[in-house]
Amino acid sequence: MMRTFLALVRRDLALATRVGGAGGLSLVFFLMVVTLIPFGLGPDLNLLSRIGPAILWIAGVLATLIGLDRLFQADEEDGSLDLMRLSPAPFEVVVLAKATAHWLATGLPLAVFAPLFGLLVALEPAALARTALSLLIGTPALTFAGAIGAALAASIRRGGLVIAILVVPLMVPTLIFGVAAGDPTNPASAQALTILAALTLATGAIGCIGAAAALRGGGE
Amino acid sequence: MQLAVDNLACRRAGRRVFDGLSFTLRPGEALAVTGRNGAGKSTLIAAIAGFVPRHAGEIRATGIGERSLSECLHLVGHRDGLKASLTAEENLAFAASILGGPRLGTDEALARVGLPGAAHLPVAFLSAGQRRRVALARLLVAQRPLWLLDEPLTALDAAGQGLLAGIMAEHLGGGGLILAATHAPLPIEGAREFRLGA
Repeated sequence: MMRTFLALVRRDLALATRVGGAGGLSLVFFLMVVTLIPFGLGPDLNLLSRIGPAILWIAGVLATLIGLDRLFQADEEDGSLDLMRLSPAPFEVVVLAKATAHWLATGLPLAVFAPLFGLLVALEPAALARTALSLLIGTPALTFAGAIGAALAASIRRGGLVIAILVVPLMVPTLIFGVAAGDPTNPASAQALTILAALTLATGAIGCIGAAAALRGGGE
Repeated sequence: MQLAVDNLACRRAGRRVFDGLSFTLRPGEALAVTGRNGAGKSTLIAAIAGFVPRHAGEIRATGIGERSLSECLHLVGHRDGLKASLTAEENLAFAASILGGPRLGTDEALARVGLPGAAHLPVAFLSAGQRRRVALARLLVAQRPLWLLDEPLTALDAAGQGLLAGIMAEHLGGGGLILAATHAPLPIEGAREFRLGA
């Protein structure tokens, strides 16, 4: 089981970094959203630093949606998913491995680069650190919620729009508590961070079971 | 192991594909499933693999212990399950760790299907016949008694068909089972034919 998990994570990370992979795409998209918003808002540094955590989080949600449609669809199209269905490991482990690889390639780089991109929206050092931490803890929930939508739309060609409509509502609680946890002036930010961690764990369990149930039947 | 299909019926998108299918497959036996296009050959294979729900009837496997049927079979179909940007060796190593129970090493398996030099080439650079050979090499990297092959001879040249015949004969000799959907005659001595939609 562990062998299946590690083999899948390694393969998906290799695919993300090879030609045609979506490795750096979400990070570039994240940077684009974060840089465009100050141009739109104008040079009001107080306003920017007040809404900075929200900008980073909304950019994070949008960047997670990029490439989500290919999470299971690419494997369904070329028959790799059939191979995984024949594995002795439970299908939930397959989903967990694919979601982990997706997060390592999209969510983790966002959290790592958030302090750098936070400078573009004039965040204070304390807010930089807190927002990066909240992204680190909260982005797995975005990936797991997205996995449910990606699994349901695995056999639909050009299913990106369907996935966005399905999963954005599921991402709203994570967004709310993520922004609250990233704001150092918020007196309840520590509690928000705890709830964010709980959301990640709960979405992880629900996402793996739900996506596995959607995929197990062979996409019919 | 032994496979018994009893009165099987399948529907896809609400339409009848076939019903009342019955046959048994014993160790060392090969069954060539034939029939016109759309007769349900691939659906039969998908139903045995568990990818398509049964409408009626039963698929029983005996002699596999605690394992489920899907853990005891290989499937090589039209969708070859290969990632174009990974090398042949990486694709096979991945299949071996997903399917479990390694038998031959990836180098050895590639040599058996006549691709000893292709191990480090991305699959995207391989021809259709070479890709098919890599997919067939999957049969050798994990030990599983039942082989479900959907048009195994497609895109293979004469030498490739000869190699496949040798590999299949060896599998049957070791007590394995083969069920192949095919239009061309299978290169196996004593393969039974099962005609769908007759």
